[in-house]
Amino acid sequence: MKNNKLLISLLSLPLLATPFVAIADDDNVPPIKSLIVLEECGACHLAFQPAFLPKKSWQKMMGELENHFGEDASLDADSIAKIENYLVANASRKKFRGDKAPQRITELRWFTHEHSEREAKNMMKKLKVKSLVDCAACHKGAEMGIYDDD
Amino acid sequence: MRNLLIIISILAFFPAMAASAGPREDVIAQLETLAKSDDANFSGFDAARGKKLFSAKFSTGKPETPSCTSCHSTSPKNAGETRAGKAIDPMALSKTSDRYTDPKKVEKWFRRNCNSVLGRECTPLEKGDFLAFMISQ
Repeated sequence: MKNNKLLISLLSLPLLATPFVAIADDDNVPPIKSLIVLEECGACHLAFQPAFLPKKSWQKMMGELENHFGEDASLDADSIAKIENYLVANASRKKFRGDKAPQRITELRWFTHEHSEREAKNMMKKLKVKSLVDCAACHKGAEMGIYDDD
Repeated sequence: MRNLLIIISILAFFPAMAASAGPREDVIAQLETLAKSDDANFSGFDAARGKKLFSAKFSTGKPETPSCTSCHSTSPKNAGETRAGKAIDPMALSKTSDRYTDPKKVEKWFRRNCNSVLGRECTPLEKGDFLAFMISQ
């Protein structure tokens, strides 16, 4: 874990040297500020912050809510438009290698990497976390976009 | 005249009372109308049938959710849990007193969850029976 942090820090050095790039912690993301997004996306699971996925991911997801990871999460057209607008406007602007519209945050490379570490696995076992999408089980500040508490 | 004014003021202050007993009763009344138009012999919703529906296992919906109880726990009085690990307030009215008062919300969740569990929309009869069971609990 510590070595990885060091590695990540070293890798982000060029970023820090670039002007106009905010010195943001890689583990945190901006919190959601839309009530409808918090309410609708947060009804069944933590409302994942839009910065976790690129624009194309959100557009694809909002277009197939009738089969949302094995459940019908359909919504009226007006709500869909409002939510999609917010997600797209706040989506990640990073380049995604491979799938350009990934759907599962838990399958992104950095995610699997960080959660396969022994400390992460032990913590999930100890807290009896059933699903990797239950971020708040370990990351108490998840709703606020704070994930650096590991 | 005075009495009439008093009656009018009362009616104005309690529009729900004037129209019907409340938003939950409106939701049920709406379903009753639909159930009647589906079947002329409709004779009211039945909590026992609703209980059966709540506990039944289906193989026609999405494999992740074969029954209402997959997420809502086997008793309406207990809290449930979504597949993503988020708690769901108990379905029983005695445990969650503000349930079934927003017709849009009721319809939204019946549409989604009947489709997920049964693989189709629920009929007005099924919805009414289900609500009768939850309200009785």
